[in-house]
Amino acid sequence: MTAAPAAGFPRFRPVADRALLVEFGETVAKESHDRVIGLDAALAADPFDGFTEAVPAYASLLVCFDPVVTDHRGVEDRVSALIARGAAVAAQGALREVEVCYDADLAPDLAAVAEASGLTPEEVVAAHLRGDYGVSMYGFAPGCAYLAGVPEEIRLPRKQAAIRGVPAGSVIIAGPQCLVTTLTMPTGWWIVGRSPTRILREEDADRPFLFDVGDRVRFRRIAREAFDARAKP
Amino acid sequence: MSEAVLSVGFAGPHVSIQDAGRPGFMRFGVPASGPMDRASFAAANVALGNPPGQPVIEISMGGLVLECLSGTVTFAVAGGGFVVEHGGRRAGSWSVATLRAGERLAIRPGHWGNWTYLAFAGRLDARGWLGSLSTHVISGLGGGRLVAGQTLTVAGAELRAEREGAIVCPVTARPRQEVRVVLGPQDRFFARETVAAFLAGPYRLTDAYDRMGVRLQGPALPPGASLDMPSEPIVRGSVQVAGDGVATVLLADHQTTGGYPKIATVIDTDLDAFVQLRPRDMMVFRAIAPEEAVEQARLRAASAARYLAAVAAPRDASARP
Repeated sequence: MTAAPAAGFPRFRPVADRALLVEFGETVAKESHDRVIGLDAALAADPFDGFTEAVPAYASLLVCFDPVVTDHRGVEDRVSALIARGAAVAAQGALREVEVCYDADLAPDLAAVAEASGLTPEEVVAAHLRGDYGVSMYGFAPGCAYLAGVPEEIRLPRKQAAIRGVPAGSVIIAGPQCLVTTLTMPTGWWIVGRSPTRILREEDADRPFLFDVGDRVRFRRIAREAFDARAKP
Repeated sequence: MSEAVLSVGFAGPHVSIQDAGRPGFMRFGVPASGPMDRASFAAANVALGNPPGQPVIEISMGGLVLECLSGTVTFAVAGGGFVVEHGGRRAGSWSVATLRAGERLAIRPGHWGNWTYLAFAGRLDARGWLGSLSTHVISGLGGGRLVAGQTLTVAGAELRAEREGAIVCPVTARPRQEVRVVLGPQDRFFARETVAAFLAGPYRLTDAYDRMGVRLQGPALPPGASLDMPSEPIVRGSVQVAGDGVATVLLADHQTTGGYPKIATVIDTDLDAFVQLRPRDMMVFRAIAPEEAVEQARLRAASAARYLAAVAAPRDASARP
């Protein structure tokens, strides 16, 4: 699996005194994202002196460093060498499963999504379950992972106004993205279900968050009894 | 080991437990958090003989009142020009004293600064998350915000009389009106005149100021018409410009990615002094090259180490062994 580099990329942009942004494209595209994940994995396996952390996004990887130890030029040389060695190629991510209950009281926007898509609520659920999702990046709040892969027929622009107080565990969609919320928060995305699956898992020191960027995600439907049993605090 | 038990009589907004933070989790949407003014935080700890990253209480302009229910504990206050009232005496921040059972400690804003740090000779007991007690305020994860009526425990509380007295306030702890940035990483979304307007300023800090960031008032920075960027990583110090052309400097509890362009990034060296500017204070940005930013970071690391080594010496020379 070799992703063809977009013309003119990678580009390196200094970020203040302690990071280098490595861009693989300027749009959301699978090829750029695969290269982000590949470089991220290569840095984790073979970090340079002064490497502090890396932050993957859709089309870029932020590489943070300790300026007492190295500098932008040193990091750029090291990253370029990793890319030249073929590092910017993504390996297949792990498959993670997220349980979701679509009962109407847990999915207040299911009917509206159905109406806007010209489908029945059951067809919306089927489409959501059919999606093969990939973890693009984290953002917004701790543990909030953007999952790309919402099927075409249920892609809707976000709502005009955000709804406040949306509970943690809400499964929300907008455009090609799906997200499982981890905090009570406002959102303008469509709430199509609720999940008891814990994404913040502090008890697991090796994997305190359910997903790594680059993982694949499948949703599995559960009945109300299973949701109630699992969602207990 | 003895302990000191403190009751919170009053806590303003944005008063929280912080330690050195939890770096390394930005990839999971978790910023490092930790103190807004990291240098003053370290000074408060080191002045007591603590390791520099021990948990403290970060106090905002809202202030804090504690009552000591039991025990004896020496404390340090560093950061800003706050007023410290305790045992019938009135001092400023940048001082070390001892709190005893039955005494009240009130810390409120003084002539300058936004944030001050209250450290104890002992270990503040609080809930941790991902290896750190730092509070991430929006999620409430970590040690948490302080609320009136709450009780705090300092484990292993000690009287360290040899530490009492004044802490030297370094000039770098003062608010800084000229804040250095490296342009980018998304300055290309702005017209040349817009970048010039950004650097000409001046900007005023607004009341929309919390641990996530501070919104600025000043020259508008309309992004170019064809703004269509995928979400990009954010760092502490990112100067993000929303669609309405208003700039926000993102701080300790920042989001880790976002779809608004960052016209510039404040160098880490200037962030501690930037956060001590108050709402309505004026400031300007000055662009420097990335190489100069790295050079400044190295100079600051060396001067901060020298300063902390001096502060770590007990103030009362006669008490030295």
